[in-house]
Amino acid sequence: MSAADENPLLDEFTKKEYEFGFTTNIEADKAPPGLNEAVIRLISAKKNEPDWMLEWRLEAFRVWKTMKEPDWAHVEYAKPDYQAISYYSAPKAKVKLNSLDDVDPELRATMDKLGISMEEQKRLSGVAVDFVMDSVSVATSFKDKLSELGIIFCSMSEAIQEHPELVQQHLGTVIPVKDNFFSALNSAVFTDGSFCYIPKGVRCPMELSTYFRINEAGTGQFERTLLIADEGSYVSYLEGCTAPQRDENQLHAACVELIAKDDAEIKYSTVQNWYPGDAEGKGGVYNFVTKRGICETRAKISWTQVETGSAVTWKYPSCILKGDGSVGEFYSVAVTNNAQQADTGTKMIHLGANTNSTIISKGISAGHSQNSYRGLVQMGPRARNARNFSQCDSLLMTDTSGAHTFPYIESKHPTARVEHEATTSRIGEDQIFYCLQRGLTEEQAIGLIVNGYAKEVLNKLPMEFAVEARKLLTISLEGSVG
Amino acid sequence: MLKIDNLHARIGDTEILKGLSLNLDAGEVHAIMGPNGSGKSTLASILAGREEYEVTEGSITFDGVDLLELDATERAVAGIFLAFQYPVEIPGVSNINFLRSAINSIREQRKEEPISGKDFLAKVKTCGQLVELDGKLRDRSVNEGFSGGEKKRNEIFQMAMLEPKLAVLDETDSGLDIDALRIVSEGVNAMRDANRSFLVITHYQRLLDHIVPDHVHVLANGQIVHSGGKELALELEEKGYDWIVEPQAGKA
Ligand SMILES: Nc1ncnc2c1ncn2[C@@H]1O[C@H](COP(=O)(O)OP(=O)(O)OP(=O)(O)O)[C@@H](O)[C@H]1O
Ligand SMILES: [Mg+2]
Repeated sequence: MSAADENPLLDEFTKKEYEFGFTTNIEADKAPPGLNEAVIRLISAKKNEPDWMLEWRLEAFRVWKTMKEPDWAHVEYAKPDYQAISYYSAPKAKVKLNSLDDVDPELRATMDKLGISMEEQKRLSGVAVDFVMDSVSVATSFKDKLSELGIIFCSMSEAIQEHPELVQQHLGTVIPVKDNFFSALNSAVFTDGSFCYIPKGVRCPMELSTYFRINEAGTGQFERTLLIADEGSYVSYLEGCTAPQRDENQLHAACVELIAKDDAEIKYSTVQNWYPGDAEGKGGVYNFVTKRGICETRAKISWTQVETGSAVTWKYPSCILKGDGSVGEFYSVAVTNNAQQADTGTKMIHLGANTNSTIISKGISAGHSQNSYRGLVQMGPRARNARNFSQCDSLLMTDTSGAHTFPYIESKHPTARVEHEATTSRIGEDQIFYCLQRGLTEEQAIGLIVNGYAKEVLNKLPMEFAVEARKLLTISLEGSVG
Repeated sequence: MLKIDNLHARIGDTEILKGLSLNLDAGEVHAIMGPNGSGKSTLASILAGREEYEVTEGSITFDGVDLLELDATERAVAGIFLAFQYPVEIPGVSNINFLRSAINSIREQRKEEPISGKDFLAKVKTCGQLVELDGKLRDRSVNEGFSGGEKKRNEIFQMAMLEPKLAVLDETDSGLDIDALRIVSEGVNAMRDANRSFLVITHYQRLLDHIVPDHVHVLANGQIVHSGGKELALELEEKGYDWIVEPQAGKA
């Protein structure tokens, strides 16, 4: 029986339009659709890049042409026509802003609609917000405070100009160009993204935050993020995004590389709420992301993600635990509703001895969506006494949705230990009724139950982000029980 | 205050309530006793607005309002509380957070201001003391890993926090040890007042030693088949139900 037959009220909620569906009118300077060397040269020239960067892109393009789009994930979609995408667009009036007051009023209004008022962010949490509007940064703040500590936090384009040696030394070292189809594509055509460097022994005093936004219809977005935490440093980095509603599929193939040197710690949190498409999944974002971090000796990388958006998600934030005693963590809540499909998880590659990893994955499937956890835990030949603990839970909101778990374990060291637990449960009518009886509305009841279920992960998010994430979970599941 | 008239209800093809009538005035305590499977919890669920049960005939009015027109949330807002026979666990949601959300939701629907943190905590303290609820239980997830008795105590704690007009207690005494039974009963007695009514479902007369009812009803085969004063409970304890129920058996 479908959700609709069982409960008309729920059905009404399920069909609720995407809350953040609106477009900002900022004129774009746009490349014609298509991908060839000339387009790559155009991107590089537009950005005034050094030769080595152009060469790197061209090499990536050559590699990409030899690769095939992967099809092993538990998702089905019409493969994008890569020649129909425009690979470059930039807001026309590109101005440097010193203060938030200089930000385009329309952009400010957009932010207000998203409920991410910058004033409040600034006041409450001291978050430095680097706004990426259609591939080019248009607002940055808290620069001075950060630069006093020697912290570099800027757009990738700026980093290529201002800190070429850092970029050249690290770019592509965690995710090699040829790693996969999408990372090769990204390497060839990325237009912008964020760059961050934390010097030795520095503890970054604020959460670094970047809000991404896909803005121009038909523009694929290829973000490139590189975050380097030098020896003994610490940084907490937030990435969040919500995209406007549109009709054509938008391809998003980002690459995020994290480098945690000896004794460094990186906490990387994401809230992802891109347009999931209509109830049939039409028009939603394709989110094919490569995220990977490398940990040197005793370093720690912690990924936390709350994934509620996109029509198709293909995403496995991973840790290479190279140094002895390094630690990798992955905390994930992935919600799929209606026709959304998500294939997400992590890879923990234990190379060093005494390395430790934790995986907590909470899938929530509603509508007729498909939600898969795919995880690899690999214990290498040097991984003496390495440990992994994985917990993968699935919560089904309807009979018509699916939850799947694909854990892969490879151990090449006899002392390494891997523990895997998995559960699947159905949201209880009894739980909901109990809440209703106490005076909660159905929406509140579902919000409460789901947030309780995902609590272990939500608790890992920085405070102000957690509030937004809870709201998002509730919104994306309103009336989705059946 | 509560008027149930000729109530018929079914789930699927099975008719469970078959013409049940009952009147409760403000401030009264009515006990309902009856054999297993006779429909007591069904009645409680229907009063609370559980939609699986289909009411095919009859009416329920509460404070002059047609209760059957209200959904479960609206009934809670109207002042109906059900202490569940089997309280549900909600992992990851703290008892305190749950109650605060509930209270504020009710207040919002009554067009009242949210409760202040200070008032809320004060209330938690008094209500917690009322049923001697262990402080640790308040902060734990709703009913998760609670013992049977702790769950029941938590129901009465929630009742005290929500201050309903009509409280339906479905076998709140089962699973309670002797001390807990006394404590919970005292909690209920402390809540008794001229504007609050109780419908107490129980199998055992000993609860009614503590919570003394104004009326006792026997529910059998989907109907109230016998009513009396508090002494009826004693009589039932001695004689069982056969002397009342048997003449009804077999009748549809
Ligand atoms: N959801 C349901 N589906 C099918 N049958 C049900 C359902 N709920 C109740 N019944 C049936 O209705 C009858 C009455 O059940 P109910 O729980 O109301 O009894 P009760 O008087 O509370 O019994 P007890 O004293 O054991 O708690 C029983 O025969 C029960 O099996
Ligand atoms: Mg019962």
